[in-house]
Amino acid sequence: MSTAGLVTSEWTKIRSVRSTLWSLLAFVVVAIGFSTLVASVISNNWDNPGRHPEHATLLTDPTSVIFGAGFGIGQLAICVLGVIVISSEYSTGAIRSSLLAVPRRIPMLAAKAGVFAVLDAVVSAITVFAVFFISTAILRSHVSVTLSQPGVTRAVLGGILYLTVLGLFALAVGGLIRHTAGAIATVIALVLVVPPLISLIPGTIANHIHGYLPTVAGQLVAQTSQQPADVLSPWQGFGVFCLWTAVLLAACGWLLLRRDA
Amino acid sequence: MAEAPGLIEARELTKRFGDKVAVDHLSFTVEPGKVTGFLGPNGAGKSTTMRLITGLDRPDGGTATIGGLAYAQLSKPLTRVGALLEARGLHPGRSARNHLLFLAQTQDIRASRVDEVLDLVGLSEVANKRAGGFSLGMTQRLGIAAAMLGDPPVLLLDEPGNGLDPEGIRWVRTFMRQLAGEGRTVFVSSHLMSEMAVTADHLVVIGRGKLIADSSTEEFIERSSERSVLVRSPDLGRLRELIADEGGVVKTTGEDGVMVVTGLPAPRIGELAAGASLVLHELTPQLPSLEEAFMELTADSVEYGEKSRS
Repeated sequence: MSTAGLVTSEWTKIRSVRSTLWSLLAFVVVAIGFSTLVASVISNNWDNPGRHPEHATLLTDPTSVIFGAGFGIGQLAICVLGVIVISSEYSTGAIRSSLLAVPRRIPMLAAKAGVFAVLDAVVSAITVFAVFFISTAILRSHVSVTLSQPGVTRAVLGGILYLTVLGLFALAVGGLIRHTAGAIATVIALVLVVPPLISLIPGTIANHIHGYLPTVAGQLVAQTSQQPADVLSPWQGFGVFCLWTAVLLAACGWLLLRRDA
Repeated sequence: MAEAPGLIEARELTKRFGDKVAVDHLSFTVEPGKVTGFLGPNGAGKSTTMRLITGLDRPDGGTATIGGLAYAQLSKPLTRVGALLEARGLHPGRSARNHLLFLAQTQDIRASRVDEVLDLVGLSEVANKRAGGFSLGMTQRLGIAAAMLGDPPVLLLDEPGNGLDPEGIRWVRTFMRQLAGEGRTVFVSSHLMSEMAVTADHLVVIGRGKLIADSSTEEFIERSSERSVLVRSPDLGRLRELIADEGGVVKTTGEDGVMVVTGLPAPRIGELAAGASLVLHELTPQLPSLEEAFMELTADSVEYGEKSRS
């Protein structure tokens, strides 16, 4: 059994179902669409009277404004795809065919995670750069944001890294829960629901718990500069996110070996 | 590697699901060059046994090997064992060709083999259609194509006739005979005795996860049911007395001039009739059907017939 064969096999699997194309299309359209919309609204209202907190943020942490809207929602499509890449094997029974072919199981999981991570990274890179250049072009007359400014290149690359690891995080949850709906609900709860709930609790302990939550920590690397409330540096945060994902993937592999298929 | 690559061996195989013992210290061997029928009523543990042999389920005890190796130890397992399992193993959104292609790629099997097996099972024309739109019979054929992908010396087929029309069932039967004729090991499960009577050379019969019989099909029929002889004669009354004197048991069938004798072989009945100059119109040894033999053997172990549920 060759690694090349396993990788091609997983690539055949992922490209031969429609959900892959639809999820990635939803991700690209939502991310670019929302970012463009937000940038346009900010640009059009720039000279209107009133408080514009995003103007200040654009100077200190431009990537958070640029990426926030589009990827805040667009990332859910990556979460959904990450889950169904593995959970659909269980819901359809295809896992039985897969494991008959690769009875040692772990090489199959590794190849699946690898192929999906590369696909996720490539699509994320294209989308992140597209969003960055479209948004900065729209805002250019008011504020200049370029890759040469301190922290911006790291934040842009960080955005790609975050979306890549997010896909693997979702895949691990999908492999642990094995039911598509339950796994998607869990991932979305972890990404969208839990962080704001924890942040409602006052005190430094709650603040630290909030800071170490997987996606809260992971998103720091896509910020241009450190914010006062951040408990971790960008790379520390990304490291914490990677650790969460690694632990979940390891648990996923361990259960894959132990559970009946 | 002293063992033949085609030999399937189960030793003390045991699997529990909660309190229920699905497979209970099951031991048997399946040899190459034969069609071995795996029989049992529904819920007897046939599918679970197949899943244990292929490593999809972990046994709670015992081992199952193919050519002396556990399934997970086989390198390129699809080239060693082809399995058609009862539950479907397909993504409905994936085409038949892509389903077989991804399986082929895991084993470094050339892609042109995919078209060969599609042709073998008669699915070439729908190769690029999504498998979700397939009928039960087509899905079954695709499963057989997947099993044949690696041209394996061992085939495990769980109820391969499911969903097939009579023509399809005949095709599968001929196909299995042909595979065994080529020297392959064919292990096929069924709950239909009549099907196995015409297909299998050897039978492994289980009930409630336990081994009930492991013998040739012929032997199984002979041993498990008493042979009887159908006698047709205009002089039944006289003949009946002679047979009873020799210790035979006579049953009438309701039809005039016909009786069924057990406990005496046909030649002896013929001799008795000849000795008394009685006319015989028919003297036919009756082979009990596999169905009857099976019912008799598994009567105690039918899952839904269980009397004392705890």
